[in-house]
Amino acid sequence: MLLELTVNGERHRIVVGDAVPLAYVLRNELGLKSVKLGCGLEQCGSCRVIVDGVPRASCVAAAADFDGKRIETVEGFAAGDALHPVQRALAAANAAQCGYCLSGIMVAAKALFDRTATPSRRDIRVALDPHLCRCGAHPRILRALDELAGHG
Amino acid sequence: MADIPTAELPGSLKRNASLDLWVRVDARDTVTVRTGKVEIGQGILTALTLIAAEELDLDPRRVRIETAITGRSPNELITAGSMSVEDSGSALRQACAHARRHMLERAAVELGVDLQSLSVDDGEIGGVGANRKVSYWDIQGGRPFGITVERRIDEKAPARYTVVGRPFGRVDLPAKIRGDGVFVHDSEMPDMLHARVVRPPSYHHRLAQLDRAAIEGDRDLFRLVVDGSFVAVIARDEYAAVRLAARAERAATWHQIDTLSAPDRLADYLVAHQAGAYPLIDGAPQAVPIPVLPSADDAMQVQRTYARPYLMHASLAPSAALARFDDGKLTVWSHSQGIEILRPLLAKVLGIEVDEITVVHSQGSGTYGHNGADDAALDAALCARAVAGRPVLLKWTRQQEHRWEPYGPAMRIDLAAALDGDGRVATWSHDVYSFTHIGRPMPFAEGVEMVAAWHLAKPFPRAAPTPRLAPEVGIHRNAWPLYRFPATRVVKRFVADSPLRTSSLRGLGAHGNVFAIESFVDELAALVHVDPIAYRLEHTDDPRARAVIERVAAMCGGLSTSSAGPTVARGRGIGVARYKNKQCYAAVVVEVAVDLESAIVRAERVWIAADAGCVVDPDGLVNQLEGGAIQSLSWTLKEAVGFDADGVTTADWDSYPILRFSEVPDVVTELIDRPSLPSLGAGEATQGPTAGAVANAVAAATGIRIRELPITPDRLRAVALTVAGG
Repeated sequence: MLLELTVNGERHRIVVGDAVPLAYVLRNELGLKSVKLGCGLEQCGSCRVIVDGVPRASCVAAAADFDGKRIETVEGFAAGDALHPVQRALAAANAAQCGYCLSGIMVAAKALFDRTATPSRRDIRVALDPHLCRCGAHPRILRALDELAGHG
Repeated sequence: MADIPTAELPGSLKRNASLDLWVRVDARDTVTVRTGKVEIGQGILTALTLIAAEELDLDPRRVRIETAITGRSPNELITAGSMSVEDSGSALRQACAHARRHMLERAAVELGVDLQSLSVDDGEIGGVGANRKVSYWDIQGGRPFGITVERRIDEKAPARYTVVGRPFGRVDLPAKIRGDGVFVHDSEMPDMLHARVVRPPSYHHRLAQLDRAAIEGDRDLFRLVVDGSFVAVIARDEYAAVRLAARAERAATWHQIDTLSAPDRLADYLVAHQAGAYPLIDGAPQAVPIPVLPSADDAMQVQRTYARPYLMHASLAPSAALARFDDGKLTVWSHSQGIEILRPLLAKVLGIEVDEITVVHSQGSGTYGHNGADDAALDAALCARAVAGRPVLLKWTRQQEHRWEPYGPAMRIDLAAALDGDGRVATWSHDVYSFTHIGRPMPFAEGVEMVAAWHLAKPFPRAAPTPRLAPEVGIHRNAWPLYRFPATRVVKRFVADSPLRTSSLRGLGAHGNVFAIESFVDELAALVHVDPIAYRLEHTDDPRARAVIERVAAMCGGLSTSSAGPTVARGRGIGVARYKNKQCYAAVVVEVAVDLESAIVRAERVWIAADAGCVVDPDGLVNQLEGGAIQSLSWTLKEAVGFDADGVTTADWDSYPILRFSEVPDVVTELIDRPSLPSLGAGEATQGPTAGAVANAVAAATGIRIRELPITPDRLRAVALTVAGG
């Protein structure tokens, strides 16, 4: 089917197969490799993208279901060379080990901080809970975001 | 200047003495350094960048570090055992010292001044009496050194360090923050194809029949690869490969050639299947009679058994590899931790010469030992061979990762002690039963521990596991206690026949052994009514071990907690070890809150004190220690590989849950820096101490001693009932 998506502010008209999940279209048709595949079961959060302001898994749901939606991926977070505050906070804190989970986590955090500049510590943990990290980088990711929210 | 002969060359320089393997002065502005170690999320490339910059007197931003490639990088065999700073860091430092001295000697001639008068500032060489400066790039830019390092020369004195030991941003992080496709999974190449493998339901199934027509009728199929029970589909489009794999799975029928042994209690199975007992003599297991401890007739005798289940690496990204065959030459991009070992194995299975193969390290998600990376590399190579000339990117599914990776083996530890009249340990006995922790395929072994190799029409046999008898490897890693007792007896009990495939998982035997030792020490302290920290110090003569214990005690303000509510029990516990008894010292205190209704244990606060000798990258070191502690909390509280006679049953994140963001404690870490002492590997230092600390904290909170991991609500309830029932 013919699909219209607004991705990182740019409109795309793409022909896709009915069942192709959104993640494959974003990664392979649009080259947005920040969108990671970790399980294909909506269990790990690696593939989440922002859809009309809300983080959603993209590994199972068909791209066709996102017709007309506004989608954001990490590639679109920076304004030119200026990283988004969430990216700046995580980078300054070296808040990663392997970094595979990081895109999905930045997606959840940006959606949260775009909604409110001062989320509570609990808000941050609830927002990040759908995301798995296997290296144990959680403490410094949480510290960086707590600090960004003014809970330093 | 005291130069020391070749035998004393540090780390990996011994086997890679050509300077050009390590350092290259680029045409201008930058210096490229190489390592045979690979980035697995542990930040090694950053630590090595800092070491090179320090020794060369360069701004670290001028140092480029190259990923490992067989045939081009120093051959360091494997990235494992927390050895990278010790092996590669020490070698690179010495190589850079030679590079610097060589360029200074040339500069002295060119500038007509005495060598001793020269100094370097960010690659610019100048000095007293010199009327101009020359740079590294003037002297050596774009030209190889052509030098073989033959003797050890003096390195920069730690007192003069300006880069090492100071915080520096991770070199690999900016690209990941921007969302660039840096992982092998993100590879793009002209004409690249996508592949998926279709695996049997378990180790003991083989292909009975495949309805090829059902797959070949699909116009998206580029190639169906069938070799014995090895089945893979190749397509131009990635999702088509996913779809075709599902189709092939439906088109395949398998027959079961055997079942898995699925014992009720692994701890009993381990004793029943023991294949050999090896007492540790000077740290090394030996095939000698088991020593008898001196008898202590009137002393208090205590015996306890501890156990842990099989654990998964469960890397966040399913294993993947990119491979291409061109004119009989194979190139594989792999996230293996052992590319130099993978290379001859690929040659053996594919029946080609080692020289025809290049393995390029390409990042994957975090790996914590031997996971599915090497298996995926062989899968990709087999597919690439079927479509010569075209690159093939192959990825496993989540379920394949969970089912087929080699697991960290189950362990059983029997501890016994006799206490003297003062309540101190008089004799200590440690018997550890486990399967091999070193299942990584070895090129010269008869069998091949790679999944696809077992499935080919002409299959390779599985490798027979053998007990490793070097000090501090595998099962007996950290089985020798940190503490000094009048008499100590440690026996490695090797079990060959594992129901599940096993290999190296972060810390190897240290996780189970330290969990047991630290739990037992706490139990003994409680029996004689001594504070657990004081009891440890009474038995510790190593000043560095005492220092981390005292530091963590000061950080947390002691083990007593005041806030016990009606529904929540709170407690703190400590765990201590020196990794491998020769690397990083770590002392960990964990505070838990146990919900008395649900029996859920939450780790709320963690304090870590560590001594890793000279600290190279303090932030990277803290990251490793804390990451290890969080991962160990997850193992200790939640994880166990489930299986039955038909195969592994924990094949996704729902059935194999790990610690989540909402369950993560606040963590505080302090380092005891020792700039004048050698840097010590630290990447696995907190696995064991954290496990012991959690069990001790649960006991402190509830009075219930859990000796078998994981400490789940079900287990806590079951043990509580047993205790209550007497």
